[in-house]
Amino acid sequence: MTFTFAATLAERGFDVELTIAEGETVALLGPNGAGKSTLLNLIAGLIRPDSGRAVLDDRVLFDVPADAQGARAASNAIRSRWMPPHARGVSLLAQDALLFPHLTVLDNVAFGPRSAGVHRAEADARAHGWLRRVDAAELSARKPGQLSGGQGQRIAVARALASDPGLLLLDEPLAALDVSVAPAIRRMLRDVLADRTAVIVTHDVLDAFTLADRVVVLEAGRIVDIGPTRQVLDRPSTQFAAGLAALNLLLGTASAYGIRTDAGSHVAVPVGQSLPEGARVGVAIRPALVSVSATEPFDPALNILPGVIIDLETRGDLIRVRTDHLAADVTPGVVADLDLSSGARVWLAFRPTDAVAYLL
Amino acid sequence: MPGRRSSSYAGIPGWVVIVAVIGAAFVVLPLAAMILRVNWAEFIPLITSESSVAALLLSLRTSVAATALCIVLGIPMAVVLARAEFWGQKVLRSLVLLPLVLPPVVGGIALLYTFGRRGLLGQSFEMLGVTIAFSTTAVVLAQTFVALPFLVLSLEGALRTVGTRYEAVGATLGARPTTVLRRITMPLVLPALISGAVLSFARALGEFGATLTFAGSLQGVTRTLPLEIYLQRETDPDAAVALSLVLVIVAVVVVGLAHQAGEFTGFRRGASS
Repeated sequence: MTFTFAATLAERGFDVELTIAEGETVALLGPNGAGKSTLLNLIAGLIRPDSGRAVLDDRVLFDVPADAQGARAASNAIRSRWMPPHARGVSLLAQDALLFPHLTVLDNVAFGPRSAGVHRAEADARAHGWLRRVDAAELSARKPGQLSGGQGQRIAVARALASDPGLLLLDEPLAALDVSVAPAIRRMLRDVLADRTAVIVTHDVLDAFTLADRVVVLEAGRIVDIGPTRQVLDRPSTQFAAGLAALNLLLGTASAYGIRTDAGSHVAVPVGQSLPEGARVGVAIRPALVSVSATEPFDPALNILPGVIIDLETRGDLIRVRTDHLAADVTPGVVADLDLSSGARVWLAFRPTDAVAYLL
Repeated sequence: MPGRRSSSYAGIPGWVVIVAVIGAAFVVLPLAAMILRVNWAEFIPLITSESSVAALLLSLRTSVAATALCIVLGIPMAVVLARAEFWGQKVLRSLVLLPLVLPPVVGGIALLYTFGRRGLLGQSFEMLGVTIAFSTTAVVLAQTFVALPFLVLSLEGALRTVGTRYEAVGATLGARPTTVLRRITMPLVLPALISGAVLSFARALGEFGATLTFAGSLQGVTRTLPLEIYLQRETDPDAAVALSLVLVIVAVVVVGLAHQAGEFTGFRRGASS
């Protein structure tokens, strides 16, 4: 079930090309309004692209030529192809379970097979099978109104899979769930997605690491980063990806002595790391490994950058000090001793060996 | 559940309550005045006279037929108005809902020029040997004409409220549009369909102007209960009052039954959360 997709939507500034291999799960990351849901809706057939083409396992989902814009609608209809959502074999699982409230859990899960013309007994048998897969067999006689959020999402997963989709789309499936039930649902998703072709939209790096083989970072309707999950999140090339992975990212150019950042500072990199001079590079540092001081420290072994504090945010027993360049996690004692507050000028330091430098 | 809500704040100004009571009295008092005038000694003979029974049965028969016709025509109309997007949609909605504000007599005249002997379509029917005007069919058509907007309006609003999210899910699960309509959309708006059908039935039951104009007043054929009441009023006021009471009781019973049916489909509460 290889899936290839390319589509543009001028109204939303959307222009994306994407290929997904059979059995691969791709995580779709990006800020709000980046076009993640638009991408899912285009694949599912709930909105139409201005131009583009999508093929799922030799079946053309849509094929709209680019020159269709100026052409007459009538002639366009002959040349462009459009498969309605119900014929695509693409299941969409949303943030809310959206179980049909008038049907029992069993009838909800059997809905897909029944719609495909499977006889009642057979459809019910399949539904029971999927309910067992998601550990919800005992809920089959209930109505959706009698389920908890986690239970509802389990049933929704079973329902989506029971229709035997060639491609499964998941739109933030864990976002609406209680923190206490999300891990169990994530584990269940990992099991059922193992050998499936799927696209999952998420805001949570844990989802990306647990569920996806590859991640795609979308910003303003375009792909800005794509690659294996670890590579994109451990060596981010965009501030968005770095933010998701909770890393500081400095972008710059390799020079003979280290790296010249775009902000104009000089940063030394670990000895032995060879970066071709003039190449675009990224430097990633964990906030916990960055220290803060009020006066410029004198230590040639450290990378030292100036910064202006934007805000302070409590994170567990540490406080994240965000500045215009780097963020640092420090103890409340340090914040009190240095009297840190928004707008204060500080110096941020880290050891070269704590940073990871890489080509973009 | 209505009842004990003493804890919630409801800041109703005193004068609003007074005006509301006057309004309620304005609605209830005429009904009471009518009931006071009922000749109880003669009540049973009055409402079981041949012409009364004929009128009541005709009214029930035609109103049920008109309601069925409203459901058959109204569901597709509501779906198209609520879900489709096309040029002139707003104009079409206004036109479809026109019978709500049109004087029924005008509706009757319009129907006459459509289905009458020399009407737009009536001529063709006439050639096939079918006469519609001044028949029981005409009564049903007149009632459907005035009652249809009630069902369409009620259902269209419910369709918009329910939204298309469940329908989209159904489609991505492989259900064709017809399957989605039958197994998802209609069950979700069932309470609105029932209340819309009840409103239509009530409106059909009370239809007078369009029926008189388009169908006439022939005992057992086109003389429904409202026409019978109007006719009796001239000659036998006691009979008119007795029959009016019957009409009120039928209306109350129908509304009560529909309310029960609405309660029965209580799953909607879970859906809206």
